[in-house]
Amino acid sequence: MAIVDTAVPPGEDPAPYHEEGFDPGRRDWINIAAVGWIGVGAGVVVLPLINQMSPSADVLAESTTEVDLSKITPGQAIKTKFRGQPLFVRNLTPKEVAEAEAVPVSELRDPQTLAERTKPGHSNWLITLGVCTHLGCVPLGAGEGENRGPFGGYFCPCHGSAYDTAARIRKGPAPKNLAVPDYKFTSDTAVTVGLR
Amino acid sequence: MSFPWAKHYAPKNPLMQWMDERLPLPRLVYNAVGAGYPVPRNLNYFWNFGVLAGAALGIQIITGIVLAMHYGATGAGAFDSVEHIMRDVNAGWFLRYAHANGASMFFIVVYIHIFRGLFYGSYKAPREMVWLLGVVIFLLMMATAFMGYVLPWGQMSFWGAQVITGFFSAIPGVGETVRVWLLGGYAPGEAALNRFFSLHYLLPFVIAAVIILHIWALHIPGSNNPTGVEVKGEQDTVPFHPYYTAKDGFGLGVFLLLFVALVFFFPNALGHPDNYIPANSLSTPAHIVPEWYFWPFYAILRAFTSDFILPAKLWGVLAMFGSILLLFFLPWLDSSPVRSANYRPVFRTFFWILVVDVLILGKCGGSPATPFYVILSQICAGYYFAHFLIIIPIISRAERPRPLPNSITEAVLSKHGGTSPAQTALAAE
Repeated sequence: MAIVDTAVPPGEDPAPYHEEGFDPGRRDWINIAAVGWIGVGAGVVVLPLINQMSPSADVLAESTTEVDLSKITPGQAIKTKFRGQPLFVRNLTPKEVAEAEAVPVSELRDPQTLAERTKPGHSNWLITLGVCTHLGCVPLGAGEGENRGPFGGYFCPCHGSAYDTAARIRKGPAPKNLAVPDYKFTSDTAVTVGLR
Repeated sequence: MSFPWAKHYAPKNPLMQWMDERLPLPRLVYNAVGAGYPVPRNLNYFWNFGVLAGAALGIQIITGIVLAMHYGATGAGAFDSVEHIMRDVNAGWFLRYAHANGASMFFIVVYIHIFRGLFYGSYKAPREMVWLLGVVIFLLMMATAFMGYVLPWGQMSFWGAQVITGFFSAIPGVGETVRVWLLGGYAPGEAALNRFFSLHYLLPFVIAAVIILHIWALHIPGSNNPTGVEVKGEQDTVPFHPYYTAKDGFGLGVFLLLFVALVFFFPNALGHPDNYIPANSLSTPAHIVPEWYFWPFYAILRAFTSDFILPAKLWGVLAMFGSILLLFFLPWLDSSPVRSANYRPVFRTFFWILVVDVLILGKCGGSPATPFYVILSQICAGYYFAHFLIIIPIISRAERPRPLPNSITEAVLSKHGGTSPAQTALAAE
């Protein structure tokens, strides 16, 4: 029933004044359970507030890029875009393939063979991101008449990193080879970049 | 600024003592919403609505900041960016529905909060400043909500902006110049959209600042209570924490349940479908209405149909603004020393008539301007002004109030077995 004021004389133990069956532990349990449940609710609400900053559906829809290879002649390279970043697609000449394969892997800063950086049976198709692994500039060499640097691959004008014909780092400050994205040959003359 | 028996903040933890000597922020919280703020022991659930309004503002600010990360205030892109939020952004539909329905929930709790103040006489001395700041908050809320409704740049957004800024063209002489200046053009366009977005982002923080003043002004005399009788001693109060943190916490839970029910099951129930049509400056929707929370004021605006000394358009605008500005004078229009309507039988009757009157005005404002609704609006708008300017001043002088309890404690205990004032005094010894 209703709780009415009953003055407890000073200095006296208040316990006998409590209602029958009063258990302070039960009250604490309710308090902890209620506040704990608020914490769970707050955690659930925070998830969409954080996840809204992840790439949205329209951005994810552009996560693969199809490239038509039929117009790229040997020795030529094109620049296109993959997930908002520059993508280099290069048709290596047999000489460039031979040069890349002749390099002893043990001498490389980021040891990789050309075969590891291309698809079986398509070793002339060098597909890499056009993002220098030093500080993110776009290297030269994919455009017509651009400086390909001392190793005939790509050359980054920002800080002088030089890549060879397998787009491996050979000289300069960059730590890694140009990144090879996931891609798949959908036919002999077409690739879809972004597919595993 | 508090009662002498308020508990004093005395941190035991050395870190909190160190903090208290340098930046006494925990002390401020303790004295504002903690055990250091004594509150009348008899508050009912209508006293939850201040906290609920604060929670609603918090929800609006959080969801609004997040939506602004995805919204683009351009004439060509605003509508599409809202659709982008609805379809592409992760949980974007949830965030936008929470923001749109959050505005409605904010107004629902604020309207109950205002009518609570009207019923229990919370606007009277010594709390006039609390009331005046509350009316300022209400005006800021209306401006913020209006500008927010323009941002999706649908048909109702566009024509709402056209109509509301059209109010200013009623000002004699300079009206049209003022309207063009407000819009940055001759009709709502990209300039108006950008400035509305900027102000829509700013004003909630101004509201938050005025809320701080509102609470500051409240904490000087302390909260009113359902009897309207001032606190006489320690036996009349309980500490805010844990008594009212728990009671407000329960109310907040109920509020959030209703809110999520609206967001998840009826997200568009309170919106207008025409706002899913992109803004078109060449075609006005057949039936143009504001959001529901503006309907009573919209009805007052439309109640003036013929010129009388001044043009009807100017009368409508003056009456609409006047219906809110009138509230600034309420503490002095009602001179009765008795606060609570529980002890004012005549006032209480007229209070409920006013509630019905405002609800009818709301119905009129949301309906097409047919002759029936226009006449009903005219009657109800007339009554609205008569309530504050004629009825309240008369009954505050003529009414004979019922006897007040001697104290809050006596009123509380009399409900539980009829303890007499003398016994109350003995119990408090």
